[in-house]
Amino acid sequence: MSDRILGGTCLLLSMLYIYFAAQTQVGFISDPMGPKAFPIAVGVVLALGALYTLFKPDPEPLWPRLGRLGEIVFAVVVMVAYTYALPEFGFVVSTSFAAGLLSWRLGAGPVAASIAGVAIAVGIFVIFRLVLKLSLAIGPWGF
Amino acid sequence: MDILASLGDGFAVALTWQNLGLALIGCFLGTIIGALPGLGPANGVAILIPLAFTLGLPATPALILLTSVYFGAMYGGRISSILLNIPGDEPAMMTTLDGYPMTQKGQAGEALALSGVASFVGAFFATWGLVFLAPQLVKVALLFGPAEYFALFTLAFATLGGIAARNQAKAVIAAALGLAIAMVGVDHQTGVPRLTFGEIHLYEGIHFLIAIVGLFAISEVFLFLEHPNGSAPGDAKVKLNRLTAPLSMLKETRGSMARGTVIGFLSGVLPGAGASLGSFVAYTVEKRLKDKEGTFGKGDPRGVAAPEAGNNAAAGGSLVPMLALGVPGSGTTAVMLAMLMALNITPGPLLFTQQPEVVWGLIAALFIGNVMLLLLNVPMVGLFVRVLQVPTKYLLPAVAMISFVGIYGLSGSTFDLLVMIIFGVGGYLLRKLDVPLVPVILGILLGNEMEKNLRRALTISDGDLSILWGSPIAITIWTLAILGFVAPLLVGRLLRPKKDATVAP
Repeated sequence: MSDRILGGTCLLLSMLYIYFAAQTQVGFISDPMGPKAFPIAVGVVLALGALYTLFKPDPEPLWPRLGRLGEIVFAVVVMVAYTYALPEFGFVVSTSFAAGLLSWRLGAGPVAASIAGVAIAVGIFVIFRLVLKLSLAIGPWGF
Repeated sequence: MDILASLGDGFAVALTWQNLGLALIGCFLGTIIGALPGLGPANGVAILIPLAFTLGLPATPALILLTSVYFGAMYGGRISSILLNIPGDEPAMMTTLDGYPMTQKGQAGEALALSGVASFVGAFFATWGLVFLAPQLVKVALLFGPAEYFALFTLAFATLGGIAARNQAKAVIAAALGLAIAMVGVDHQTGVPRLTFGEIHLYEGIHFLIAIVGLFAISEVFLFLEHPNGSAPGDAKVKLNRLTAPLSMLKETRGSMARGTVIGFLSGVLPGAGASLGSFVAYTVEKRLKDKEGTFGKGDPRGVAAPEAGNNAAAGGSLVPMLALGVPGSGTTAVMLAMLMALNITPGPLLFTQQPEVVWGLIAALFIGNVMLLLLNVPMVGLFVRVLQVPTKYLLPAVAMISFVGIYGLSGSTFDLLVMIIFGVGGYLLRKLDVPLVPVILGILLGNEMEKNLRRALTISDGDLSILWGSPIAITIWTLAILGFVAPLLVGRLLRPKKDATVAP
């Protein structure tokens, strides 16, 4: 079933892709092939692969249980929130929270996870910002 | 003896204190990356590229740093294979078969030392192979026109899809997805935006580093979240009695190392095969030839030496097509190509003629790195063993955060970070569905180049498609491409190691 969904999704994607590629505005000066042909060809190849997978699926992969999928969704939410938090709260604070939460969900106890989060954030800040002078997100407090 | 003279110049480039220092750091980091389960050479190098890039290192030192990491990871992969029965990376999978039984017999120290020496032998001779083979390939490649290059890119996808994937249709999907992503952005020849949906961030296209870090590193975090408590590697409470291999053991296994090296190098040169195939074939051949008493799989030193020499030789071998043709043969070399592209270096025959100092400096760095790795790995293996005990629950958050730091450093844009997360989720789904990630990466990396060559060829012929198979070289490449895609369907079951989705690429 998973493979059929994969095939179906890719087929749909390829159709949309070909449609949007065909919408490309072409100027009046162009090489013989133009900017549309290659993306359309790629879309066709994708459709062929998708069709095969749709009709000849592999055995079902081992999906995690629903609760575990929830963990993954949670991790995605943490990461997205992290990207938005970076410019607001600066690198160290955002990273402490994000790393701590991830480490907690990966099985560390709450106390250990918070320590790990802060340690990771401060460690990265010291190595990459103070030693290697890399640009990190600077929040209102300058770190 | 031009080659040796060029190599001498290369050593002159590489032998500065700064470069030696970078090589040492790279080897050290690489060994750790290789040893840690969940961080393979491909995603290890992928995380480090944006960092090396934003640090503003010039091309040659950056290359030296990252190739040292690559080779270090190849060495490091064996440590957890031998001690914990968990391969640190995919090519090290075959080392578990005899390496772990040796540990159970109390010979962990011997196995580590022996595999260190075997890694050195494989990598050292493969680098010599690279020195002599790459310039020959360059001579052929200088005859290539756009039509031949287009065929060559197709060959890379075909063999990669044919050999590396278990299901060819999924390899096709993967390659098409990668190419489709590469097309996003302003068309280089006519200047019209394609598939950007008016989103200004997409005009420059999606940066390949964002895709690579997302697909490899971020998806790894999701894979580990599937298992409660992060399936931490068990305690490595192994007593290391001695850290050297007895001379008799080295003598006994020298044939295995030699065979492993040759087989590994050849399978590395084949596009699409890479180190995993090298170690797999090396082990299989060794077992067929030498397993007279049925000792393989029960801790036979030859079963450790052959695949380790094989995978390190393949790592060297796979640099041949990458440097000489600009077409990577495996996941890790695809990441290496990304690194070269990030540094504004286009590998291929012109690199050898126009920037010989980069090529030969890199090759000299490989030799230096190998010697360093041997020196680091044999006496200091105890230190690396201790690093293995860092539990995944602390390691993976750190890896994820470093990935964010690297991508943020590229542009400082939230949009790029979101795209990276999307790639992470996509990479997780594709890995679960057994769609190989390497063709996706290759598609993103090579897509524009492939299209450019096709369009150039058709401009030359004024739209006549027959130019694509208009020369004997082109016909040869097309034939190889078809063979490379179809042949594994017939004999593939023999060549393909069983894959484990939880092992880092």
